[in-house]
Amino acid sequence: MLGRTANSLFWMFRYLERAENTARLLDAGLRMALTRDSVSAEEEWRSVIETAGHRRGYEAKHATYTGMQAWNYMLRDKDNSASVLNTFQQIRSNAREARSAITSEVWEAVNDSWLQIKDMLARPVGEQRVGEVLTAVRRAGTLAHGAVLGSMLREEGFHFAWAGTFIERADNIARIMDIKYYLLLPSLSYVGSSMDTGQWDMVLRSVSGDSAYRWLNAGQIDARGIVNFLVLDERFPRSLAYSHAALRENLAALARIHGIEGTSNELMRESDMRLSGLSIEDVFDKGLHKFLTDFTAANSSIAQAIGQDYRFLA
Amino acid sequence: MAASEFFDEMHKPDGSVRDAYSGYQKWYGEQEKSFLKRKHRDAENAFRRTGITFNVYGEDEAEERLIPFDMVPRIITAHEWRKLTKGIEQRVSALNAFMHDLYHRQEIIRAGRVPEHLFRNNAAWLPDMVGFTPPGGVYTHIVGIDLVRTGPDEFYVLEDNARTPSGVSYMLENRETMMAMFPELFMRVPVESVSNYPRRLAKSLAACAPDCAEGRPVVAVLTPGIFNSAYFEHAFLAEQMGAELVEGRDLRVVDGRVAMRTTWGYKPIDVIYRRVDDEYLDPLSFSPDSVLGVPGIMDVYRAGRVTIANAPGTGVCDDKAIYSFMPEIVEFYTGEKPLLPNVQTWRCSDPDSLAYVLDNLSELVVKEVHGSGGYGMLIGPAASKRELSDFAAKLRAHPEGYIAQPTLALSTCPIFTNRGLAPRHLDLRPFVLVSPDKVDITPGGLTRVAMKQGSLVVNSSQGGGTKDTWVLKD
Repeated sequence: MLGRTANSLFWMFRYLERAENTARLLDAGLRMALTRDSVSAEEEWRSVIETAGHRRGYEAKHATYTGMQAWNYMLRDKDNSASVLNTFQQIRSNAREARSAITSEVWEAVNDSWLQIKDMLARPVGEQRVGEVLTAVRRAGTLAHGAVLGSMLREEGFHFAWAGTFIERADNIARIMDIKYYLLLPSLSYVGSSMDTGQWDMVLRSVSGDSAYRWLNAGQIDARGIVNFLVLDERFPRSLAYSHAALRENLAALARIHGIEGTSNELMRESDMRLSGLSIEDVFDKGLHKFLTDFTAANSSIAQAIGQDYRFLA
Repeated sequence: MAASEFFDEMHKPDGSVRDAYSGYQKWYGEQEKSFLKRKHRDAENAFRRTGITFNVYGEDEAEERLIPFDMVPRIITAHEWRKLTKGIEQRVSALNAFMHDLYHRQEIIRAGRVPEHLFRNNAAWLPDMVGFTPPGGVYTHIVGIDLVRTGPDEFYVLEDNARTPSGVSYMLENRETMMAMFPELFMRVPVESVSNYPRRLAKSLAACAPDCAEGRPVVAVLTPGIFNSAYFEHAFLAEQMGAELVEGRDLRVVDGRVAMRTTWGYKPIDVIYRRVDDEYLDPLSFSPDSVLGVPGIMDVYRAGRVTIANAPGTGVCDDKAIYSFMPEIVEFYTGEKPLLPNVQTWRCSDPDSLAYVLDNLSELVVKEVHGSGGYGMLIGPAASKRELSDFAAKLRAHPEGYIAQPTLALSTCPIFTNRGLAPRHLDLRPFVLVSPDKVDITPGGLTRVAMKQGSLVVNSSQGGGTKDTWVLKD
């Protein structure tokens, strides 16, 4: 496959994952805002914008935080290059570049979603519509991933698509946790006090992990449990450990196909060594923030190395 | 259906249905109107979903548009098709021989059958090609011959497209759409398949590989990129052929071969099916500022180590002044009278013809010699007084830039409208593949149809639509 095509596939799926994570985050914010009074609701939306890393851009346009402003900014603001609408433009344009390397089923899944979402985001999104918009964005990822699994040859392209997906997922989850790390740091002030469990819930909801977590932990919510779940639990498909393992498999498959390991495989192994046998105590000993920044740095070096190993750019 | 001055391919003047359409008419008569209306709406969605769009040049945003699709097929009998293919084969063989001659001994000019200035002044003429023979002696690998019909047995060639004919993806997708919408129709009416065109194309291109190709030749489709109006078609053909879709930035010359940057490193290409124009192929030979091409590709080409389809310099065939000499060209190289006639053509470079054209402008169609896509042409009967006088001034200033033809009584075929069937004018572009030992014509083609009542312009850039084209089995 062409290096440029591999690059387009990789990014097509990174952007798809990014849009999906944005939708999950907004979904969590929406849910929180609905269950609170208006003062806390404003706080929630500030927190959502902050978690998405959009604070500066948002505050340049808006003096206050309201739900309507927040989700419209994140979904469709022309000045927000990371808006869902702009992200979908990137998805589709990369899909067009990689058109000859994806199946018609994958193309149609992405193109259908694009037509639907473009239409939905053509005008400001009000309270009645925001729910269905977020569902459509999440479903776009589900559809595309399903089409990939059901129709693509298990060759290079397949693995580039998943490598992009899991690089992005690991990155997004680690960033969300890092921004919430002050909540996740168990400190003296928290022990014994009635820490706002709503905030914990928000963290879990941001990555759609609330039900899974409750299922596994019989409703016990505490910082240690949540960090353990989001970082180390390989059963949860949006945990760092899971994303990392899935990335490892796809990079190993690429090395098998090519008959040679590259820098990306080496970096992956180093990262594995740092993570294997790691306990939640180790993470806290090191400091969660430090752990997460190291993790995202390692993750983006692997992404870089994939591009070099497989000649994404001239 | 009222009798009209035009030949309708479905209905006879008395309103009865011609043989070619009898099977279709029977099926059509049995369908509920509401069902047909629903399918009519579905068709557009089908195209939007598959992404069969084209970009319109000159619009503010690089907007993707759909070409209107009409669900009434255009039907040709097996007998008619056999006659057409003989004529097309003859014409395309002559074109290929003409290209070889033009870039070698120029016998046809020595024999005084076509004037030398004809190609000397032609922008598509490439001095780089003189004395060089492409692999397998093939110049025109893929040709689209535009045909028009005016009566039961009257087909004319309107244009030869040997530069980079486009539209074949519509031939394929129109059929797919029709089969998805009306499967039972295809069980009742036996239609020749077109779906193996990509396989035939891949085979035909592979047969033109250079000698240095090892094993199965590596074929790539060269596209200007996603902003090109026909990008969808380039991607579609690459996918269907199992070929790589490359851009200039993926290619470079490595060890005397044209190679593409793959995830494995640079890999040589044997055959490039290019969908970029000559002037963008090689910045070293042609446009120095082109980013679409590959520096040095022409040197590799002239060393016989890559096949470029179509060969650089074949754009000469698309020239409408050359077109006017096609009867002579066919006869010169095949020794036979042309089976498919040309449309009568006045070359405005000739003073007598120019005088005639100026006197009769309101009844003629005037085209730019180097133009294509329906741009820059005048349709006399549809033009205002002002347009006529403006065009007359252009003609007087640059007579050599124009040819004129009578306004043809193009045949019609019905399209589906919510008020029932309504006749519209159409043309036909069959796609022809040329390899060293074969001229291969897929039974069908692109039917372009004017969607506006009475309009004679079928170009998609001017609002024309398309139809599925059926060649009936015997």
